Amino acid sequence: MMNYGVGSAPAIRAAGLTVVRGGRTVLHGLDLDVPRGSVTGLLGPSGCGKTTLLRSIVGVQRVAGGRVEVLGSPAGSAALRDRVGYVTQAPSVYGDLSVTENLRYFAAVLGAPPSDPGRVIAQVGLTAHAHALVARLSGGQRARVSLAAALLGTPELLVLDEPTVGLDPVLRQDLWQLFRQLADGGAALLVSSHVMDEATRCDRLLLMRDGRLLAAGTPAELLRRTGASDIDSAFLALVAQDPDATAALPTGDPS
Amino acid sequence: MNTTRTLATARRVLAQLRHDPRTIAMLLVVPCVLLALLRYMFDQQPQLFDRVGAALLGIFPLLVMFLVTSVAMLRERTTGTLERLLTMPLGRLDLLLGYALAFGAVALVQAVLASALTLGLLGLKVAGPAWLLFAVAVGDGLLGMALGLLVSAFAATEFQAVQFLPAVILPQLLLCGLFVPRANMAAVLRWISDVLPLSYAVDAMSRLTVATGVDALLVRDLAVIAGAALLALALGAATLRRRTA
Repeated sequence: MMNYGVGSAPAIRAAGLTVVRGGRTVLHGLDLDVPRGSVTGLLGPSGCGKTTLLRSIVGVQRVAGGRVEVLGSPAGSAALRDRVGYVTQAPSVYGDLSVTENLRYFAAVLGAPPSDPGRVIAQVGLTAHAHALVARLSGGQRARVSLAAALLGTPELLVLDEPTVGLDPVLRQDLWQLFRQLADGGAALLVSSHVMDEATRCDRLLLMRDGRLLAAGTPAELLRRTGASDIDSAFLALVAQDPDATAALPTGDPS
Repeated sequence: MNTTRTLATARRVLAQLRHDPRTIAMLLVVPCVLLALLRYMFDQQPQLFDRVGAALLGIFPLLVMFLVTSVAMLRERTTGTLERLLTMPLGRLDLLLGYALAFGAVALVQAVLASALTLGLLGLKVAGPAWLLFAVAVGDGLLGMALGLLVSAFAATEFQAVQFLPAVILPQLLLCGLFVPRANMAAVLRWISDVLPLSYAVDAMSRLTVATGVDALLVRDLAVIAGAALLALALGAATLRRRTA
């Protein structure tokens, strides 16, 4: 879609984003941009603050400092609630309802058209299970119901927390194709993963470690900058260069 | 507040119940069985059954709705559906009223069944009109729902949520006048009993057994029940935070 993008603000812009949880600083003043019409991968080891960052972007995380702007409005503002789709790491759908019943309810809450549940069930490949109780589905199928709920109402920004964990390779391939289609349609996607080999499917990458942004750029740029042959080695090279990471070593910081 | 979203939420909660026929059966049948049991316990003292039976008609809806709501809302919190809903254009009031409508309807059906049984087959004598009995029963059910919603914020697991029943409801049950008339209690217990909402639920039911019409005291009891339910609902709404740590 041509009306997106050109000249308009990025889908997400964070400046100095700081989050403190239980007295521990989880995000240390992050600055980042996520463009529209593309798939941005948020990569980093488990526990590095990816979920906290995503929660800050959808506006459910209490923030200690800094700003997050989403589609031109402050994160979490009422105007964004039907324009941003969010998929949590654990599937957040009702186990005691059928797939269709779940999606009909969320569609009603979003004010999405009545045909939307059928459309998104097809998009995640669950048409054969449309009337099955969610609790009886496999973990991967449940994750796809949760993803389908985020696709209702055709949001402009999709925030997906590890959407492909536990899926078989064929399904993962299908989902990445779906993400690509959505991005080509003008949506912005921010997809977190701790699996580095998913990096090559993204247009841009944000590499995170210990609540800090290590690097941002296209996969090709990151490889060129580090001279590494894959994203895993690029990540290691960036950790070795990072002054904060060095300071964290026992012999480093005198304080 | 938005009517479409409130009704959609009520429909969804009822659909969840519909997939769980065992819970529906327990909700509707258990109070009836217990009332029948009570009737035969007091076979030799029918006037005692009139007093206790009427009080229980007020207590059951509160008890059951408290349990169902505290567990249902805790599930919303722990499975992440609450967080998802709060990122969507759903007002907190839409969610709470949706639950109130759905569980209020269940409370009404339960009250109709239990009262039909006790007034009809079991021969409970109530002087006041039957519709008032339902009104009090539904008010009690909604109070139980509001209390359940509130305590769900303080429970991290379903084990803890269930433990709130003895912690929150049992003291009210002991002091509500069912075991010892409130007038005969020691002053301190009497004061405590005066501020516990269940006392008014039982008082209202007891008044209905002897008085034929609506008197000022009954209206006061109903107002206290409604006020306590609204207060608990407002406190419960305050615990539904969009942003959490």
